[in-house]
Amino acid sequence: MAPLAGVIAVSCVLFSLGLLAVVTRRDAIFILIGIEMMLAAGNLNLVAFWRYGPHPEQITGAMMAIFAMAIAAGETAIGLALVISVYRHRRTTQVEELNTLKG
Amino acid sequence: MTRVIDGLDQIFVIAKAFLLSLLAWAPDWVVQVVSSFVNIAAVLGVFLVLFALISVFERKILARIQNRYGPNRVGPWGLLQPAADGIKMLVKEDIVPGGADKAVHFLAPIAMVAPAILALGVIPYGRNMTAFSIDAGILFFFAVGSATELAVFMAGWSSNNKYSMLGAMRAIAQMVSYELPLVVTVLPVVMIAGSLSPDRIVDAQSGYLLEIIPKWFVLTPWGAAAFLLFFTAGLVESNRTPFDLPEGESELVAGHMTEYSGFKYATFFMAEYFGMFAVNGMAVTLFLGGWHAPCAFLQFIPSWIWFFSKLSVLLFTCIWIRGTLPRVRIDQTMKLAWTFMLPMAFTCVISAAVWHFNSGGILGWVESLLIVALVYAGLSQMLGARKHLSVRTYRFAE
Amino acid sequence: MSLLSILPFVVIAVITLAGALAAATLPNLMHAALSLVLSFLGVAAFFILLGAEFVGLVQVIVYVGAVAVLIVFTILLTRPAVGPGKGRNWSGVLVAMAVLAGLLWALARTTLPAGQPIAIAPLTVLRIGQTLMTEYIWPLQAVGVVLTAALVGAVVLAMEEKR
Repeated sequence: MAPLAGVIAVSCVLFSLGLLAVVTRRDAIFILIGIEMMLAAGNLNLVAFWRYGPHPEQITGAMMAIFAMAIAAGETAIGLALVISVYRHRRTTQVEELNTLKG
Repeated sequence: MTRVIDGLDQIFVIAKAFLLSLLAWAPDWVVQVVSSFVNIAAVLGVFLVLFALISVFERKILARIQNRYGPNRVGPWGLLQPAADGIKMLVKEDIVPGGADKAVHFLAPIAMVAPAILALGVIPYGRNMTAFSIDAGILFFFAVGSATELAVFMAGWSSNNKYSMLGAMRAIAQMVSYELPLVVTVLPVVMIAGSLSPDRIVDAQSGYLLEIIPKWFVLTPWGAAAFLLFFTAGLVESNRTPFDLPEGESELVAGHMTEYSGFKYATFFMAEYFGMFAVNGMAVTLFLGGWHAPCAFLQFIPSWIWFFSKLSVLLFTCIWIRGTLPRVRIDQTMKLAWTFMLPMAFTCVISAAVWHFNSGGILGWVESLLIVALVYAGLSQMLGARKHLSVRTYRFAE
Repeated sequence: MSLLSILPFVVIAVITLAGALAAATLPNLMHAALSLVLSFLGVAAFFILLGAEFVGLVQVIVYVGAVAVLIVFTILLTRPAVGPGKGRNWSGVLVAMAVLAGLLWALARTTLPAGQPIAIAPLTVLRIGQTLMTEYIWPLQAVGVVLTAALVGAVVLAMEEKR
């Protein structure tokens, strides 16, 4: 069995790598990739704390991870549909060029 | 006498136990690792031989359907043709297009064949003869099936070729659309058997009515419909005719496999056939009773012979369909998946529930049959079977 | 903690983080998407290592089989420019490093349950199904509604406009 601190450290690093992708990338699809990584890191956290927690026989952590996965899939579908729709109008996916709402 | 029959049935299990007993001096983890390796080697060995045989049998059966002989020069009746093909594939020059993405181009065949081999690991080939008996075996099977789509995309994209890309997009669209009917038709089986483990599902189909009628799921109304849907969806998932538009020779050269030559092409070919074996093996497990014999008095024949016989019948049907039916257009394929197969699959679930709710009484059989038949008739009417079949007229060139 | 029990954890951790780092930093969009797939597989391996096999397999089906295919299809349909950009945004890297430092500091300050986890019966799919249908029935229905809305929304958003 893996040590709990190790798993949580891995999930922290995964989360910050996802944050890195969201903050430094200029393309909308890269940002969605970063968001997916952050969600996966959160799920990893949930399952790790469920397993090492005081009451693993109540399978709360695993259930929350399953629901979070379902919602993440739905959110990715909508996000990517939005990216496609924006591309049709603006012919670009670079977020710096999508600034027509600016005052 | 029964000891001989049981020994023949379990001959591979006994052989493996003997091999492992030679390692009794080793620590526990070594024995486990060696045991897994023996399982993997057995599965790979059997299916590589089956792949070679099926490749030559397919050509010969297709040839006979088309009123010609197949390959008959290499070996007796052409049976050594796979050896010749293998040597040819291995010595061919490996050409990688100049503008191709080298790393992805190299990894695509590997990523395609690995899930297919993984899927072969959870199918029960005989009594106590599953390579890896997982509690959620069916789920594992679908998980590795979904990994195949990415490999197809990698192949199409990395070739830097418009036709490869088009073929890859069609292939992925087909595979993704038919995953749903594939999964939903398995739902009634899982519901009735009460488990996701293929071993338990085979156990749920044991026993005989009146000693001659087996209790296989294909002999129930919902099971027959679900089997047909699963078999068709399996044909699509392996990109076999009549759904092989992504790789039809007259359409797109070879689709996503165009820019591959030599051993990499052989790997793609192998991946497609292994996928076909895996899906048909799963169809045998889920619907045709796995390794059970069809009648009670035929149980003296070993279980693994029954499994491979049923698998051979299904593979022959796949080859037969390939030789008989023309190709289906991509939009017709999509329409079939979303407007016909998905509603029929959901109907099978409801029908199975009704059958189970009546605890197998005659009313349950009649009701489930009625549900399946009525929905099928309704869907056929709605989906444009209104075209009247007219007398075929011929126009000849003047 | 013996070497044998910690070796799988280290290997899977290295694969996951290498894939994530590649996905966050590679300029080529296709390579980044494929590295993301690698890191998802690593996370699925973690789930299986932690004893939640069903969650791991669902992770492969949903993330690798659906989300990654969606991302790859969107890359295909939008053909973004794969040029060398204007250089990396170093303030963003600083922000991410700061967040990582904060998280690791919080991790170091908490006392986590040490040693082996409490042994439980293996988490079977039967148990998950029963729990979903009894305790979590309302979240299940809510997730069904949300997924239906997402399905309809995605189809409407990505549809060709009728002129």
